[in-house]
Amino acid sequence: MLRFVLTRVGLVIPTFLGIILLTFILIRLVPGDPVQVRVGERGITEERRLALLHEMGLDRPLHVQFFDYVGGVLQGDLGISIITKKPVMVEFLTLFPATLELAFFAILFAASIGLPLGVIAAVRRGSAFDHTVMGLSLTGYSMPIFWWGLLLILLFSVDLGWTPVAKRLSDDYFVDQVTGFMLIDTLLSDDPMNEGSFLDALHHLILPTVVLGTVPLAVIARMTRSAMLEVLGEDYIRTARAKGLGSIRVVAVHALRNALVPVVTVIGLQVGTLMGGAILTETVFSWPGIGKWLVESIGRRDYPALQGGVLVIAALVMTVNLAVDLLYGLLNPRIRHRR
Amino acid sequence: MTDITLPAAEPVSRPISPSREVWLSLKANKGAMAGLIVIVLLVIAAVFADIIAPYHYAQVFKECVVEVCPPAWREGSDPRFILGTDAVGRDLWSRLIHGSRYSLFIGSIVVTISLAAGILFGLLSGFFRGTIDILIMRAMDIILSVPSLLLALAIVAILGSGLLNAMIAVAITYIPHYARLARAAVLTELPKDYVTASRVAGAGTLRLMLNTVLPNCLAPLIVQATLSFSTAILDAAALGFLGYGAQAPTPEWGTMLADARSLIRSMPWVVTLPGLAILITVLAFNLLGDGLRDALDPKLKR
Amino acid sequence: MKRRLLGAVAAAALAFGFANAASAKTLVYCSEGSPENFNPQINTTGTSFDTAYPVFNKLVEFIPGTTKLQPGLAESWDVSDDGLTYTFNLRKGVKFHARGGFSPTRDFNADDVVATFNRMWKKDDPYHPVSGGEYDYFNDMGMPDLLTAVEKVDDYTVRMKLAQPESPFVANLAMDFAAIHSKEYMDAMMKAGTPEKVDQEPIGTGPFIWANYRKDDRIIYNANVNYFRGKQPIDRLVFSITPDQATREARLEAGECDVIPYPNPANIAKLKSNPNLQVLEQEGLNVGYLAMNVKKPPFDNKLVRQAFNMALDKEAILAAVYKGAGKAAKNPIPPTIWSYDDSVQPYPYDPEKAKELLAQAGASNLKTDLWYMPVQRPYNPDAKKMAELMQADLAKIGVTAELKTFEWGEYRKRVQGGEHMTGMLGWTGDNGDPDNFLGVLLSCTSAREGGSNIAKWCNEEFSALIDQAKQISDVEKRTELYEKAQAIFHEEAPWVPIAHSVVHMPMSKKVKGYKVHPLGTHIFEGVDIEE
Repeated sequence: MLRFVLTRVGLVIPTFLGIILLTFILIRLVPGDPVQVRVGERGITEERRLALLHEMGLDRPLHVQFFDYVGGVLQGDLGISIITKKPVMVEFLTLFPATLELAFFAILFAASIGLPLGVIAAVRRGSAFDHTVMGLSLTGYSMPIFWWGLLLILLFSVDLGWTPVAKRLSDDYFVDQVTGFMLIDTLLSDDPMNEGSFLDALHHLILPTVVLGTVPLAVIARMTRSAMLEVLGEDYIRTARAKGLGSIRVVAVHALRNALVPVVTVIGLQVGTLMGGAILTETVFSWPGIGKWLVESIGRRDYPALQGGVLVIAALVMTVNLAVDLLYGLLNPRIRHRR
Repeated sequence: MTDITLPAAEPVSRPISPSREVWLSLKANKGAMAGLIVIVLLVIAAVFADIIAPYHYAQVFKECVVEVCPPAWREGSDPRFILGTDAVGRDLWSRLIHGSRYSLFIGSIVVTISLAAGILFGLLSGFFRGTIDILIMRAMDIILSVPSLLLALAIVAILGSGLLNAMIAVAITYIPHYARLARAAVLTELPKDYVTASRVAGAGTLRLMLNTVLPNCLAPLIVQATLSFSTAILDAAALGFLGYGAQAPTPEWGTMLADARSLIRSMPWVVTLPGLAILITVLAFNLLGDGLRDALDPKLKR
Repeated sequence: MKRRLLGAVAAAALAFGFANAASAKTLVYCSEGSPENFNPQINTTGTSFDTAYPVFNKLVEFIPGTTKLQPGLAESWDVSDDGLTYTFNLRKGVKFHARGGFSPTRDFNADDVVATFNRMWKKDDPYHPVSGGEYDYFNDMGMPDLLTAVEKVDDYTVRMKLAQPESPFVANLAMDFAAIHSKEYMDAMMKAGTPEKVDQEPIGTGPFIWANYRKDDRIIYNANVNYFRGKQPIDRLVFSITPDQATREARLEAGECDVIPYPNPANIAKLKSNPNLQVLEQEGLNVGYLAMNVKKPPFDNKLVRQAFNMALDKEAILAAVYKGAGKAAKNPIPPTIWSYDDSVQPYPYDPEKAKELLAQAGASNLKTDLWYMPVQRPYNPDAKKMAELMQADLAKIGVTAELKTFEWGEYRKRVQGGEHMTGMLGWTGDNGDPDNFLGVLLSCTSAREGGSNIAKWCNEEFSALIDQAKQISDVEKRTELYEKAQAIFHEEAPWVPIAHSVVHMPMSKKVKGYKVHPLGTHIFEGVDIEE
């Protein structure tokens, strides 16, 4: 067991170093000059351009820049944003809770609807319900979510006026950022002016959650169904049924418990997809999170911000995947002994 | 596979060829057939776009520039333009038809690039093992750990915006999936008797890779290819939406949608229709991919 | 708020508890992006200038909605006869904001003015290197070479000396970069070891006190009760950062925003028809143009350039791209600037004549590139669409134009480097002076590689005229010189001047007293909102 854990963790370290190298190289390959970002429509003299390059440390030899970077990363220093002049780590940590909050609700939404749908579809395999669920989930899986978001805003926010169009909180409330999680911060605020802000924050979460949760919902429903079908076909379930146990009990207690292992794995592996989706969802809803920040950093040629952001996200995805991997190994000894 | 098959012991049923078996199984799958029909229609639209589309996709109708011509179901429509015109006064129906070319093109190119590169890496990895294997598979892990849209964005930022670059970027993010599949297939096929037999018979490594092992691991690759055809269309559209995809006046659906998105209130059709076209196309490929998987993967057949 | 309340009721589960307890009058402005920082000395984008504007005052200020000057922190000023010495008499009893542990112990005085300019000007000033230490606007307006002294005469008098007469000087001091900072605050932050706080959490004398900023989310300002022009009618100003145009418009319609900038021109009619909204408009101080690189044949030939001027159907472009929110341009300066030469006869739209001219120049079947900006700018709401229309027009005279674009920073760098054959760009005035257009965009000095004259057009006669005009302060004489220059520009045709856009500001009908500023700044001083 220990050996299994060590091998898996050992595999992650070179990958992480590779990612540091990858982000470093990728960002240097980007054409265009970060200095130009700071200049308006007017021109700039070569002399001043060089001075600015020097000040940003971009005129040093590449390998010096690289070792500086690695040294910094190991101390949690991701450099300084060219645009805002603030540490990239600080920027990231300010915006990350917004993305995390959204992603958490998206997964919660996807799992709480996808799981039961998948289970029922499996139990009533071949029924109209099954076909509908599978059809809808494939549609959800095929959805261009940026378009989906626009349609939902148009219908629910503009035409019907049921949900807010964008952002995390109404501008009538002034909640201090303590944790960065709006739902927690609104509860922490004891200002009487902020009464009702918790519900307001929840209200703002609805549409982005649905949009970001659509693809995971489809994946979870499909995965649950097929895992359930597999389990339902196994001998012990047939035995349990033969023993006369009630159908619901069989499904709930025996089958679901066993089907859950692959499903949880799939949920864990959605982290990467979720980050990609967050880029689009945050853009559509002006959600002040990491995804939008990264896209804007690309546009602004903010090398350090992009580099740091990609690195931290890759590290997060890797960590979650590792955790899922280990968990799966723990639950399923067959995997542990392979390789 | 090999010519040492014994004569059939039970002459009861005529043997059906594997491809025929797959086809029969596909035919029984309504969803897959629906997907296939849509795809066939798309291919027809793409091939004969110049004939089917009433106008050239870039032809500007000045009379529709000042006062936009809405689609047929709206008041004040112009009978020449069934789906109305876009903000620059071009016939939307013609643009959508021509757009099918780009979507199929994107899908094919992305799948070709990633399939070829992925198989190459996978075969190398699986056959040679050792350092090559470690290097390749670590590289694949690295690619996989960056969310694909983010990686594609970063790559497009380097290569510059444009349809071709967007396709390359998306293709790169798909390579690991194929590489892993190919490698796994090699590892399961290698110890099998027929491979050993060919090896003993003096087949070189290259020959072994291409003629013997590869054909036997095609099934999962075909399924993956069909499914990534649809994801490629989605991802390229997402890049277009963020402003890094195809450029004007290319009638690529994602770019069309991005160009028009701020018009969603005043000209909703220029936003809804390209989006719908993307959804239907992607759905069709997913339906077919699902059907293919069921047909090719006997484990799931019940 | 009301509409959202209704919506909340509809979403039954969440309906209760939505009543807003806030009694403070709040105005929500849905801005288009996050600022780089809050110090207009070091930042360069309009987005950032907007966010600093409520906090600061300048010595001299533009009257909102005009390019006319009014006294700001200087009550009056005198110019010596030789045009080299400016003396400013400062306003008394002006208080800097007190916030976040800082409270001023004295009123605004000459020390603050000197410290403000020294930071940008003096390389040995301890504040000079803070936050990157680049003062782009100050440098680009030529201040380091122009200024010879900024001195305190007494507590309420400041004297500035120039190296040569420069007629737009006072107008330059009304620009954003010249915002006056508190020396006391700067010293306190330096002492605390956090000098960059001056740029992140600004303190000024302006109508609003900066309260809070959450990146990519919002900026909050509270009204300054001690403001020297009196307390503002609203209590709170919120910049709710909403970069996406479609989202911004939807938020305005849903009542989440009170004012939004940069609507899509195609949606103006729709927004105007909404009974809850009003759309203000003002001719912008800008010009959008297509520059032909005279360094690249065949554009070195005047006939080719004139042919392009006749080939493009400006009326169609105005209708499609500006949706009527633009005025066809014939001169390089907008009609709202003095010295605009209305006697210039614009080139007619005449594809046949254009074809002839091309044939005459031996440039039939010409292949060229056509660069368009990847972003929306005040002078050009949709460069891509414009490029597509131009492409179609040029095809009619046998010119094949290949559309090209780059990321915005890269784009500017490349066109300034002269890589293009033809390329679009534009300009928004800084101070309402004609030199700010003609000198910056068309002089020989800026035709150098990397300069902002992207036609790379250097006409000695033209350049001499505008250099001469800059040295004198007599408006009539200057007008005469600028009119001559415009005639040369018209004949030589280095650009196809396209349009001067009209700026639209959609807002709730409840908003009162908002004035659209021709220089593009979004100003909320004096704006009220009905409850």
